[in-house]
Amino acid sequence: MEIIMSFVIGFLFMAAVYLMLSKSLIRIIIGTGLLSHGAHLLILTMGGLGGTAPPVVADGVSVSDYVDPLPQALILTAIVISFAVTSFFLVLAYRAYQELGTDNMNLMRGTEDND
Amino acid sequence: MSLVFLIFLPLIAALFIPLLFKKLGRIHTGWFVLIVPVVLFIYYLTLLPTTLEGGMLVSELSWIPSIDLAIVAYIDGLSLLFSLLISGIGALVVLYSIFYLDKKREQLHNFYVYLLMFMTAMLGVVQSDHVISLYLFWELTSISSFLLIGYWYTRDRSRFGALKSMMITVFGGLMMLGGFVLLSIMGNTYSIRELISQAPELANHEFFVWALVLILLGAFTKSAQFPFYIWLPDAMEAPTPVSAYLHSATMVKAGLYLVARFTPIFAVSGTWIWLVTGVGLFTLFWGSFFALKQKDLKGILAFSTVSQLGLIMSLLGASAMGFHVDNAAETVFKYAGFAAIFHLVNHAVFKGSLFMIAGIVDHETGTRDIRKLGGLMSLMPISFTIAMIGSFSMAGIPLFGGFLSKEMFLTAMLAITEFDLFSMDAWGLLFPVVAWIASVFTFIYSFYFVFHTFAGKHKPEELPKKAHEAPIGMLISPAILAVLVITIFFIPNFVGKWIVNPAVAAIQPFLYDSPSDVHVHVAAWHGSITPELAMTIGIFIIGGLMFWTLRKWQRSYDAFPDKVSLNRLYDNLMYLSDGGANRFSAVYMTGFIRSYLVYMFGFFILIVLSTLVLNEAFAFDLSDLAPIGFYEIVIVLALVGGTITILAAKSRLTAIIALGAVGYSVALFFVIFRAPDLALTQLVIETISVALFLLAFYHLPKSSKKEERIRFKVGNGLIALGVGVTMTLVALSAHSQKILPSISEFYKETVYTEAGGGNIVNVILVDYRGFDTLFEIAVLGIAGIGIITMIKLRLTKKEGQHENK
Repeated sequence: MEIIMSFVIGFLFMAAVYLMLSKSLIRIIIGTGLLSHGAHLLILTMGGLGGTAPPVVADGVSVSDYVDPLPQALILTAIVISFAVTSFFLVLAYRAYQELGTDNMNLMRGTEDND
Repeated sequence: MSLVFLIFLPLIAALFIPLLFKKLGRIHTGWFVLIVPVVLFIYYLTLLPTTLEGGMLVSELSWIPSIDLAIVAYIDGLSLLFSLLISGIGALVVLYSIFYLDKKREQLHNFYVYLLMFMTAMLGVVQSDHVISLYLFWELTSISSFLLIGYWYTRDRSRFGALKSMMITVFGGLMMLGGFVLLSIMGNTYSIRELISQAPELANHEFFVWALVLILLGAFTKSAQFPFYIWLPDAMEAPTPVSAYLHSATMVKAGLYLVARFTPIFAVSGTWIWLVTGVGLFTLFWGSFFALKQKDLKGILAFSTVSQLGLIMSLLGASAMGFHVDNAAETVFKYAGFAAIFHLVNHAVFKGSLFMIAGIVDHETGTRDIRKLGGLMSLMPISFTIAMIGSFSMAGIPLFGGFLSKEMFLTAMLAITEFDLFSMDAWGLLFPVVAWIASVFTFIYSFYFVFHTFAGKHKPEELPKKAHEAPIGMLISPAILAVLVITIFFIPNFVGKWIVNPAVAAIQPFLYDSPSDVHVHVAAWHGSITPELAMTIGIFIIGGLMFWTLRKWQRSYDAFPDKVSLNRLYDNLMYLSDGGANRFSAVYMTGFIRSYLVYMFGFFILIVLSTLVLNEAFAFDLSDLAPIGFYEIVIVLALVGGTITILAAKSRLTAIIALGAVGYSVALFFVIFRAPDLALTQLVIETISVALFLLAFYHLPKSSKKEERIRFKVGNGLIALGVGVTMTLVALSAHSQKILPSISEFYKETVYTEAGGGNIVNVILVDYRGFDTLFEIAVLGIAGIGIITMIKLRLTKKEGQHENK
């Protein structure tokens, strides 16, 4: 399964990078969303996908059966942080539309006159 | 100790200058300054008996003991000679400047602060035993020289000249620092004396030639040798006292000092001898040849300084040859070192007086253009006399000090022809020939300087001012120097014994144990016609004839194209480095975010892939894999399908919905891979995110709402594919080589007993690793505050700004 997941993660990264290289602001943010999905899945996969029980203590489950809880804790933190950043970024995009009247990154370019 | 503090005496005095200028403005500030060099000069005179015996004085001021950094003042014959020049000519220049600079119009406090700063720097250079402190003082001379050249900072030419000299001398200074560092690594000491005592071992070190070349670069740039002389003529924009002091008598001799000081270390090397002698001789010729092209009095003097510095440099190179000659102290080779120092003294004396005369002419007639000057002999008789004494000494005419050093110079150059070391043979003949031709040109420009200014027809209509003799105060300093010029001719052996011999013993320790061993008898007349005397007579005859016909052939100088010159090369280099750097950054700093992302991803791919390949880090291990289930495959397909939809979507709305689908599939993955908390969070957050995306989409500006697919670009596709492949490879290989087991066993075992919780993930978040959570809360809070601020704060919406555009 880890092999398949590695390819899926690679695919997510590829799609994310491709979107980030486009010129529409909203597509760039979609790209960052995909990138964080890829990263979260990567952490999960690298922790190992084995284990038969969720990491909640239950009777009759031996310690080795639990899924590794540490990557899950790390991913939970990462999800919240990437959500905070994405929402900030989205509002920033919304304000940029309002002020600049465009979502084309090529038009938002700093030129020699104003840098 | 006192010796070290004397170095700083001028700098300490400088602190009080602004106060004196403000409070006692009625008295010319220069009178207060004058005390400093006079005191120093008298003190250094009292040290002469010590160095005459071959003794030395050392005094140390510890600075940063943990890295062995100390300021060590060390006086032997060589440094005492330089210290006397610096303080003596310094005193005369200050005296001259009192009458040259007007106390009302000029910013005297600036001038004297810079000048005193320079004096400290110069004393520090010549007395330092520690290479790093020598470097520090060296750079301080560059900085104070920069400030002094740019003294009239409202003039463009002054600023240009100051910058040019700064660029070139600091370039050399940095090279020299590199040489010093190499030397101290080789010898494992910073002390010059200790380095000299280790000279034989240093010569075999692999850094030896590097240190040699780097130190020579420092010396050549400072002493205006070819091709670095170009800053000196432009430094003539400085006030004349500065030109007289820095750019003829002291600072430009710092490079000569450096060469002389390090001769005992490097004399063993043939590279050193041929570089120093060759460059010196070529500079001598070049400077004397182009001096005749100059129309400006100070320009002539600048080129003549370049040329004379080349002469001394070549003699220093020849003095290093003494190391390789058997019994050099008994043969004519002994003249080289002596002549170098003797001429150094002579040059400082006569060039100082000539610059002061050029300043007087400028001051009293309003111009320095030699084409407008002429016939000042009867109007300015005293200036004329002094100028004639200085020029004749420079030309090497009997009765003046320059004659003696010119004779010894020719002797030393003739000696090189007999020097068959390093397979010289026929090339050796080139040295006296070039030296002789250069001497002819020296003769001509000396006459050109003095007679085209003072003789000929007076042209009052071309002069901005009515010419008259300078005030007596201005003439004191050049007159003293002129008297010295003649005195040196009559008592050369007295000067030789007290001043030159100790210095020669310091330069050539391989020949002499103490100054009393230097047996050079200087005589104006050796009792018979020696070859050098014949050459001198030849110089007078040919030089005299050529000066007679100067008007006829001087025009041929205009044939030299201005476009092919070292100045033009310097200007173009500056222009290219400035404009080139600008154009280079304009090429890659496009302002498009895409370009920068391409650079980043490109380098990411390059670095990670090459590391994988070069370190053979890629591994593929099929053991320890989780089984593949049916539901997993379905979700993978959903996720991949969603992603493809995002890429292919024409409408951005479709892309947003597809992103939501991808997010929910990730949540399903979390369910399948037994992460309930993650699944919960992911579901909620994906929902909010999609809502936010829709909000942003709804507010898209109308003009750009035209729906279009992403236009496929091969470059983007390749970069994206590269990143994807790299990440896959990294993931596969990371999974395949786990070195250590997970630490999670500890969490699993102790979650209930230690923390009293059942949900291991939650206990990790708030108990084992609660700090992460705290700051993740902070991140959320900051994002919230940021969003509110962005929406509420509207500072840029001002009417006026739009009108301006």
